[in-house]
Amino acid sequence: MNGIARLLTKLGASVTGGIARLGFATRFFVAILRLSGTTFARPQLLLREVYQAGVLSLIIILMSGLFIGMVLALQGYETLVRFGAAESMGMLVALSLVRELGPVVSALLFASRAGSAITAEIGLMKTTEQLAAMEVMAVDPIARVVAPRFWGGVISLPLLAALFSTLGIYGGYLVGVRLIGIDSGAYWGQMSAAVDWKYDILNGVIKSLVFAVAISLIAVFEGYDATPTAEGVSAATTRTVVTSALAILALDFVLTVIMFRGGAG
Amino acid sequence: MTLDSVSSLTPAAPAIACETLVELKNVSFGYTKARQILSGINLIVPRGKLVAVMGGSGCGKTTILRLLCGQIKATSGDVLVSGQSVAEMNHEQMYAHRRRLGMLFQFGALFTDQTVFENIAFPMREHTELPEEIIHDLVLMKLNAVGLRGAAKLKPSELSGGMARRVALARTIALDPQIALYDEPFAGLDPISLSVVGQLIRRLNDALGMTSILVTHDIAESLKIVDYIYFVSAGKVVAHGDVEAIKASTDPFVRQFVDGQPDGPVGFHYPAKALAEDFA
Repeated sequence: MNGIARLLTKLGASVTGGIARLGFATRFFVAILRLSGTTFARPQLLLREVYQAGVLSLIIILMSGLFIGMVLALQGYETLVRFGAAESMGMLVALSLVRELGPVVSALLFASRAGSAITAEIGLMKTTEQLAAMEVMAVDPIARVVAPRFWGGVISLPLLAALFSTLGIYGGYLVGVRLIGIDSGAYWGQMSAAVDWKYDILNGVIKSLVFAVAISLIAVFEGYDATPTAEGVSAATTRTVVTSALAILALDFVLTVIMFRGGAG
Repeated sequence: MTLDSVSSLTPAAPAIACETLVELKNVSFGYTKARQILSGINLIVPRGKLVAVMGGSGCGKTTILRLLCGQIKATSGDVLVSGQSVAEMNHEQMYAHRRRLGMLFQFGALFTDQTVFENIAFPMREHTELPEEIIHDLVLMKLNAVGLRGAAKLKPSELSGGMARRVALARTIALDPQIALYDEPFAGLDPISLSVVGQLIRRLNDALGMTSILVTHDIAESLKIVDYIYFVSAGKVVAHGDVEAIKASTDPFVRQFVDGQPDGPVGFHYPAKALAEDFA
C-alpha cells in the first residue's frame, strides 16, 4: 500500500511539476515579448545573434541541403522511371523540399547546432553569475540576453530553410540533369508549373517560422532555467535538442494537416 | 566616530554614532522552513565605512548581500538602505536602488563574450547617454585605478585570477556607486594579488566616498583594511567590533577565527552519528 502511495505521490509531483514548468515557460515567453523593445532599438544586439545562430549554421545547412537534394533525386528517379515519369523529377524534388524537408530538416539541424549553443551559453552565463551580475547592475537579463537570442533564432531559421531548399533543388539538378541526363527544361519547367507560390512556398515559410519560434523559445528557456552546475547545463542542452526535435515533428504533423489536407488550393 | 568594542553573542545591532546607511533589523531568511540561512540577524553599516562580514563557508554571508541587492526577500525582519525597506520596493524603485549599488561577485562574473574594456563600459552604456568618447576615457580611468589600463583589449579568458578580480572591481565602481558590495574578493588569490585587491578596496572606498560591505573569511587581510567586523555563524551575528577590539577579543569564536584553530565553537566535523555507530 505504501509502495502504491509513494508511486502516486511521485506521479502527482511530476505532473504538478510539469504543469508549473509549463506555466513558467508561458510567463517567460510573455516576458520576452514584453521586453523585446531593447532588441529592436539596438540592432547591433540582434545582428550579433543572427550571426551566431544563422551565419554560423550556414555550412551544415547548405551542405545538408545539397546532399539531401542529390539523394532525393537519385531515389526519386528510381521510382519515377518505373512509371515513365522521370521528367517529373524537378517537381518531386522541389515539392518535397519546399513543403516538408526544407522546413523540417533545417529546423532539426538548427536545433542541434544553434539551439544547443544558445542553451549552453545562457546556462553557463547563469552558472558563472553573469546573469545575476546583470540583474544587480539593474539590467534585465531577459531584455539584454534572452530576447536578442530569441529573435535572432526566429529571424535566422526561415532564411536558413530557404537556403536549404534552394541548395537541395540545385543538388537535385546536379544529379537529375547532369548525372542521369534528364532534360534541363523538363526539370525546371515541371518544377515551376507545379510549385504554387502561396500553397507551397508560403506554407513552407510559415512552417519554418513556427518551428523557429518553438526552437528559440525552448533553447532560451532551457538555458535560463538550467540548474547552475556543469551537469545542469549539460542536461539543459540535451533537453533543448530532444524537446525541439519532438516539438518540430509534432508541430509539422499538425501544420501539415491544417495546410495540405484539402489538396492543392 | 567611535564604533563600539567587541560584543559577543549579542543579538542586537551595535549603537554606532555615525549616520546609518544600511541596516538589517532582526532579519531571518530560509529557502525552506527546515533550512534557515539567517535567523534574526542585526547589523548596521555606517555611511562611508568599510565593514566586513565574516564567518565560515555556508554561514549566510553571501545571503546578506543578496538580500541587500533585492535578489531574495527576507522571510521576516527589515533590510533597510537609506531608511527604505528593500523588500517593499516596487520594480522601478528596485532598479533605481540597484543603480546605486556596485557588486563584486565571488568569481568576478565578467561577461566572457566581451573584452575587459566592454565589461567596464557595460553599465555606462546601459544606464547613461554618454557619448562613446567620454565612455572611452572613463573606462580607461577606472582601469587605470586598478592598474589594468594595458589589459583593456584582453578577453576575460586571457586574465589571471587576480587580474580578473581587479577588472571586476573596476566594473563594480564603474558608475561610482553609493554602496559597494564585495563577495569573497580574496578567494583563490595569491598573496600579492590578495594584498593589491585589499588595498584597492580600501582606497576606492575612501577616494570615491563609498560605503562598502565586504563578505570574506580572510581574517588577516580584513584586519588590515576594514573599519568594523561582524562575525556570523549559523545565521546569527555572534560577535562584532572594530579591528582593535577584535584583535584583543578573548571570545572563543573570535579567537578560533582569528587564530585559525581547526576546532572550537565552529566544529570541525559536520553533524553526524557517533563514530562507533557508523562503523558498527
